[in-house]
Amino acid sequence: MLNELKTLPTNYVTTPGEIHTSTGKTLRTDEMIINMGPQHPSTHGVLRLEIVVDGEIVVDVIPHIGYLHRCFEKHAEYMTNYQQVIPYADRMDYLASMNNDWAYALTIERLLKIEVPQRVEYIRVIMAELQRIASHLIAVGTFGIDMGAFTPFLWAFRDRERILDLFEMTCGARLLYNYIWIGGLSHDLPKGFVEKAKEFCTYFRPKLKEFNDLLTFNEIFIKRTANVGVLPKDVAINYACSGPVLRASGVDWDLRRDDPYGVYNKIAWEVQTGKGEMGTVGDVWDRFIVKVREMEQSVRIIEQALAGLPEGNVQAALPKRIRPDAGEMYVRTESPRGELGFYIISDGTGSPYRLKARAPAFVNLSVVPAISRGCMIADLVAIVGSVDIVLGEVDR
Amino acid sequence: MQELLKSFLGDNALVYIIMGVPPLIFILLYALVTLYMEMKVSAHIQDRVAYMRTGWHGVLQPFADILKLIQKEDIIPAQADKLLFTLAPYLVFTGTYAGFAAIPFSEGYIGSNINLGVFYIVAASSIVVAGLLMSGWASNNKWSLLGAMRSAAQIVSYEIPSALAILVAVMITGSLNLNDVSKFQEGGLFNWVVFGGPLPLLQKLAIIPFTATAFFILLTAGIAEANRTPFDLPEAESELVQGFNTEYSGMKFAIFYVAEYANMFLVSAVAVCLFLGGWQSPFGSALSGPIWGVFWIVIKGMAFVFFQIWLRWTLPRLRVDQLMYVSWKVMTPMLFVCVFAVGLILVL
Repeated sequence: MLNELKTLPTNYVTTPGEIHTSTGKTLRTDEMIINMGPQHPSTHGVLRLEIVVDGEIVVDVIPHIGYLHRCFEKHAEYMTNYQQVIPYADRMDYLASMNNDWAYALTIERLLKIEVPQRVEYIRVIMAELQRIASHLIAVGTFGIDMGAFTPFLWAFRDRERILDLFEMTCGARLLYNYIWIGGLSHDLPKGFVEKAKEFCTYFRPKLKEFNDLLTFNEIFIKRTANVGVLPKDVAINYACSGPVLRASGVDWDLRRDDPYGVYNKIAWEVQTGKGEMGTVGDVWDRFIVKVREMEQSVRIIEQALAGLPEGNVQAALPKRIRPDAGEMYVRTESPRGELGFYIISDGTGSPYRLKARAPAFVNLSVVPAISRGCMIADLVAIVGSVDIVLGEVDR
Repeated sequence: MQELLKSFLGDNALVYIIMGVPPLIFILLYALVTLYMEMKVSAHIQDRVAYMRTGWHGVLQPFADILKLIQKEDIIPAQADKLLFTLAPYLVFTGTYAGFAAIPFSEGYIGSNINLGVFYIVAASSIVVAGLLMSGWASNNKWSLLGAMRSAAQIVSYEIPSALAILVAVMITGSLNLNDVSKFQEGGLFNWVVFGGPLPLLQKLAIIPFTATAFFILLTAGIAEANRTPFDLPEAESELVQGFNTEYSGMKFAIFYVAEYANMFLVSAVAVCLFLGGWQSPFGSALSGPIWGVFWIVIKGMAFVFFQIWLRWTLPRLRVDQLMYVSWKVMTPMLFVCVFAVGLILVL
């Protein structure tokens, strides 16, 4: 027994009665360690948070990740061609597959230096924005559950169902689409899609207002979220946060506008930032309202894109085998969770030499310990919910 | 009813046992109905239809649920304190069930006609706290422990506003026996305590704002004591997994559930007896009598149970410190004002 103890790292050598966290910090007598997850209703997947609590107050949070690691990057290197990576990219952020596909396809297209037809660009924008609404609906809905309100969650799912129906109509799949391909799309929009999508836009606006009445401007909800988990501007930038988390802290930064791709620069829409209406800029409520307002903007984008949808081909002329010249490329796009980038090194063969995905959820998660020290357990749940992580993307 | 039984059976223990049976039957039936109601109400709030397959519109589903829970393996965690773990759900249920003894279901039926009825209910339902604390501690689970600590803090602090609100009604009616309190409110809707009771008109008008406030606070505190949303912190699903009953399964879990539902009715019934005439008909002497009495109190009670269900599926949950804030800094001072004002008006 004593010999076993000696082999442990020094910070684990215990004197009787002493307890350490996994980072080696010794606990005071009135503190206790609780494992929140990997099986816990509000960690949004298999995230494990090791939290040190003093009664209800959170003293420290140590996130442990990797429970859903599927070797995406290594898999990508061993595919026989670039096209085969797309289904794996689908499975990264499984709530925003379209955006993942697009980011990956865009990287290869830039690497190949090919232009895609205008129709493809428009359809991609429509799909990505529909996906953004679907993803944000889950984010705000599950955040409602974190706050103890169950009904908004099911309302959000009801509306998301309509979007999934649209996707199913387009490509047959409801979650992992494999629709956006390198140089184009797997196939054109089906008949009647445009009308159905327009119908969805008119359906969704009043529903969003209803949702706001039920949850967003509820007094208890505001009391629970305002001034909680404040993420100041400089901290957000230092932790390389992106997406709604960054914008909620008052940073006016959206890659759809600031590093344009697709046809976003031909469409009128506004970047939403947190203004601290209910409390401080960058609190949980701001992170929530930014997502809600982005949904409104997405509806605007979809309507314009549908109106401007040109006729044409949905596949650019591609070489028979995709073999980009040796070189490297980093392309960043705005996924619902933030800056989703793919860094690909090509050695001239049919599969990437190295592929690195810059996952926004992973980066955003890293800020959680910094903003949740000293809050209560209920606030920690709110903070984790507001950062909107998808473990499929955190672990890849 | 007690006198009637005594005349048949003589004054022995059997009488009291028989007197105890109707509330138990009522609780079990009521739990089934409320289980069904909760599922259906929540479903319609959420744009769903809930059960449709077990019987007409799924009316048999509660039976299926209970059957499932009975069949389930009764797991006791290896490191748990077996005795306390087993005892806790029964203690929680006992506390609630004991409260039903002093509820007059009609003029002719009250489980135990003690003259300190309300006081007894407040005391008996305090046993629930001990049961919850026991379950959380015995589970040997940190989440359960946190849930139990929360529930103890919550129920103890909400007993104060609820006791003060009860005091407001008791000052007007002059009795702690809920049957007498109900009798006092004879003569239709406007003689209920929430409308000032059968007092002279001027006094009545002056007293209404305070009685209405007290009634509303009693109802809110009742929701907190029954651990329902927005005060469901002890079992806050998204924070504490299932709170104090995380480790419970099978029949023990079902007993917690029944106790929670029974508690919902108990707090509603107390509020109804004190402020809404109990078994009195709202139409004066029309539709009143011992049998109608049962109907009225159950209907009034169920209306507030429905209200609690409605709130549960609408509102988010408060945080621990906000919960305490509401109790100590909002409700209690308001009730002090109410008690003082009602006293003053009654003396004048």
